Amino acid sequence: MGKFGRKAGKGGSPEISTASLPDIVFMLLFFFMVTTSMRDSTVMVKTDVPSATEVKKLQKKSLVSYINVGPPLPKYQSVFGAEPRIQLNDQFATIDEIQQFIVSEREKKKEYERPQMTTSLKVDADTKMGIVVDIKQALREANALKINYSTRKK
Amino acid sequence: MPRREAPEINGGSIADIAFMLLIFFIVATTMNVDSGIMRKLPELSDDPPEEIDQIKDRDVFDVRINYKNQLLVEGKSIDISRLREKAKEFIENPNNSDDLPQKEEIDVPFFGVYPVSKQVISLQNDRGTKYDIYIQVQNELTAAYNELRDEISKKQFHKPFDKLDEEEMKAVKKIYPMRISEAEPRRSTGGGS
Repeated sequence: MGKFGRKAGKGGSPEISTASLPDIVFMLLFFFMVTTSMRDSTVMVKTDVPSATEVKKLQKKSLVSYINVGPPLPKYQSVFGAEPRIQLNDQFATIDEIQQFIVSEREKKKEYERPQMTTSLKVDADTKMGIVVDIKQALREANALKINYSTRKK
Repeated sequence: MPRREAPEINGGSIADIAFMLLIFFIVATTMNVDSGIMRKLPELSDDPPEEIDQIKDRDVFDVRINYKNQLLVEGKSIDISRLREKAKEFIENPNNSDDLPQKEEIDVPFFGVYPVSKQVISLQNDRGTKYDIYIQVQNELTAAYNELRDEISKKQFHKPFDKLDEEEMKAVKKIYPMRISEAEPRRSTGGGS
């Protein structure tokens, strides 16, 4: 019926077929699925990482654990103050908890993957080195020696 | 005209479903490519740290950053823009000068016996140093090594360092091993941390 109706209608330009629209959208979908990774945790500190030229990309994202350091975001500042704090997973932590954190991260991974585990330090550019030094010492004690100073490419 | 038994399912809504999935993925995922400067921390051991005293003074490139973020290289205050060239000169010691690191003849694959300098870079920072400055210094030192490695790769293999295969890379790394030693920083002399 509809077909008849169309034929009988005005002889303007034919309708563009939208049959390939799903294909296009699926292509986009797959592109996003492949290139992105799941947002794992909400960042509660400001981590404006410094920029550098000699950066290397982190391989194997599943083997990377993140330590965020920086001043808490404004909405947390009433509770946690404005001094730089450490964030592990979804909560604020102290230096002493890092070792525990590394051990639990390590336990989640398979045995043969453990040597490749990397700790990425996302530290705000305005932080003082004192806290970073303490973290590095804690990481040494936890025997997590591969680290990556997260930086933006200049 | 032959007709199918079951009526065809309308495919018009597939696009809507796919769009919904697409939007979900855009919202729930992040695109950031994580990159940074790779470093390996020294192992924690009960033994006293490696005979730093036995390393000759000329083999050590002393870099210090104080709490005012000023840079002191080999006892002289310099600007960070000159650190790279200074470090390169130190690592390579092109003129075999007496106050730059001595060289040891080592057998390196592809290169034969090659004089490899015994350089060590000692980086010391204060607890009050700004992280940004520290990273800039780390970056310059890494750049110095990378540039030297690149230069020698181009000379020997006619391609940049990161295009080499694994064996060649190992050989180049043997000639210019990255030795950055970080002493534990002193207590802040002011400024607070």
